Amino acid sequence: MSDRVRNHPFVVTVEDVIDETPTVRTLVFSDDLMASARPGQFAMVWVPGAYELPMSIMVAQNRRAAFTVRRHGPASTSLYNVKKGGQIAVRGPYGRSFDIKNGRLLLVGGGTGLVPLMRLISHSALGNQIVLMMGAQNKSEVFFDDLASEMLAKHHRGSRVIISTDDGSYGFRGRITDVVDDTLAKPDEHFDAVYTCGPELMMYKVISSAHRSGVFAQASLERMMKCGAGMCGSCVAGSDVVCQDGTVFDAVHLLANPEFGFTYRDKSGVISRWQ
Amino acid sequence: MIVSSILETVVGPIKLARPVILASGILGISLEVFERLYKAGAGAVVTKSLSRVPWEGYPNPTVVGLGSDYGNGWINAVGLSNPGARNFASMMTNQSRHHKAPIIVSLVGSVAAEFEEMISEFSDCSVTAYELNMSCPHVEKVGLEVGDDPELAADIVRATKRASPLTPVIVKVGLGSSNYLDTVGAAADAGADAITAINTIRAIAIDAELQMPILSHKFGGLSGPPIKPVALRCVYEIAAQYDIPIMGCGGISTWEDAIEFILAGASAVQVGSALGNYSNNNSNEFGLFSEINNGIESYMKRKGISNIGEIVGLVR
Repeated sequence: MSDRVRNHPFVVTVEDVIDETPTVRTLVFSDDLMASARPGQFAMVWVPGAYELPMSIMVAQNRRAAFTVRRHGPASTSLYNVKKGGQIAVRGPYGRSFDIKNGRLLLVGGGTGLVPLMRLISHSALGNQIVLMMGAQNKSEVFFDDLASEMLAKHHRGSRVIISTDDGSYGFRGRITDVVDDTLAKPDEHFDAVYTCGPELMMYKVISSAHRSGVFAQASLERMMKCGAGMCGSCVAGSDVVCQDGTVFDAVHLLANPEFGFTYRDKSGVISRWQ
Repeated sequence: MIVSSILETVVGPIKLARPVILASGILGISLEVFERLYKAGAGAVVTKSLSRVPWEGYPNPTVVGLGSDYGNGWINAVGLSNPGARNFASMMTNQSRHHKAPIIVSLVGSVAAEFEEMISEFSDCSVTAYELNMSCPHVEKVGLEVGDDPELAADIVRATKRASPLTPVIVKVGLGSSNYLDTVGAAADAGADAITAINTIRAIAIDAELQMPILSHKFGGLSGPPIKPVALRCVYEIAAQYDIPIMGCGGISTWEDAIEFILAGASAVQVGSALGNYSNNNSNEFGLFSEINNGIESYMKRKGISNIGEIVGLVR
């Protein structure tokens, strides 16, 4: 196989491993195709001998690409455990990206859902004013705050990062969705677009508030992915084939999908409720 | 819905408004997606193969694309993941009033009793036909292992017909270790209303750099354009040997492919992997259906054909 094949695993070597939190790591590698992915696109990442899983593509220095993974189940833990010098294989990129507006943008991320938002910042036109809100359980689980501040300070004057933790150990105490609600409700706050990625119930609240406020909004959905190419159907949510039609969807579309914010399909395709 | 009577076709007792059908295993678990496919031009949709209880399938990697050097083929070992017959049937019952797409329910199992039990779940559902999966090449004790045993296949067909005498039964065959034509004959004798030919062909993908099989199950099924000439041969052979309606399946990606299968003996065609390749270059992958339908229609008009039946099996 001489030419790069989009749907075939392409082996890359992990060049750097960055510990973001006690449970989150970023694996950096060189690959022009993945480095050129648009914000919101994902790759299918194979940990040889273990699992393949969908991963949003993170920005990295020196035109490289990266994956930021939280160890959770067997698949994400297998990726988390890949060491510097280890080999992984990638295919894609897949899916539609965020439609990046100009002006004043509100980004709301939770956990590794921050990844496509960091990429969005890197693709956003110079001069856009960006407010990035991130929520975490406690201070030790906050990451990308310094990196985001640095990226915003460089190209987006007047931008800021707002953090909330459930226990109040860093930033505001409470849920980031409450901060979003308060902000959008302020008469002197104006946003041209809202982008969100993270736990679905968080996105549901953010999308609902943005829609109520009449602001254009998009979210990136996460579903069970197998093929990435619109064939296997494991990622369907209502009438949407998430790997093809998404993963990024507009608020109006999402709010018309009865599954958004309520249910997802498990590995066998049985509809289950979000907890 | 696209109305075009010239595209009507009959597969034995099954009447279809259009001859292009979604193959089993592809996108087959959401009724809302079925409706989109129907509006996009699919004549019917075949569900993922449903088992007696839900199956998770194999862990990823389950699908690998081979790229254009290898005809844009695919190898998959999804492992027949499915929500189970009962869950699917209750979904169909609950949502029936919203749905117009003719649904062919694919079933998979090891013995006749399992099929009878699954069919009883669908007693309140509008099922266009049952397609019995006797040809999946990558799951033990079902699929091809059933199809390789013509007596067992016949036993299951008889039980299915007994359980649901009014609903047509299609048997999907594939290339296993015995002569698939014997299975076709046994299924026809046992009362099968039609045959779908063929399923994916057992295959493997190995990564040279990593020195290991790519799919977690190691073996999978090859699909897409690379298997088209083989599938076409099978349809041709079945049509030559048996008087049973056929749905052609295997690598069909264009209207020319569809016409070739019809000329070889198919009354309708099923597409699957073509959607994965079409989506590489088209933002709306469902556009494939109208593209194939339109191509068939233009061909028929150009050749002065008023009904698909006129050219089914024309090439001998």
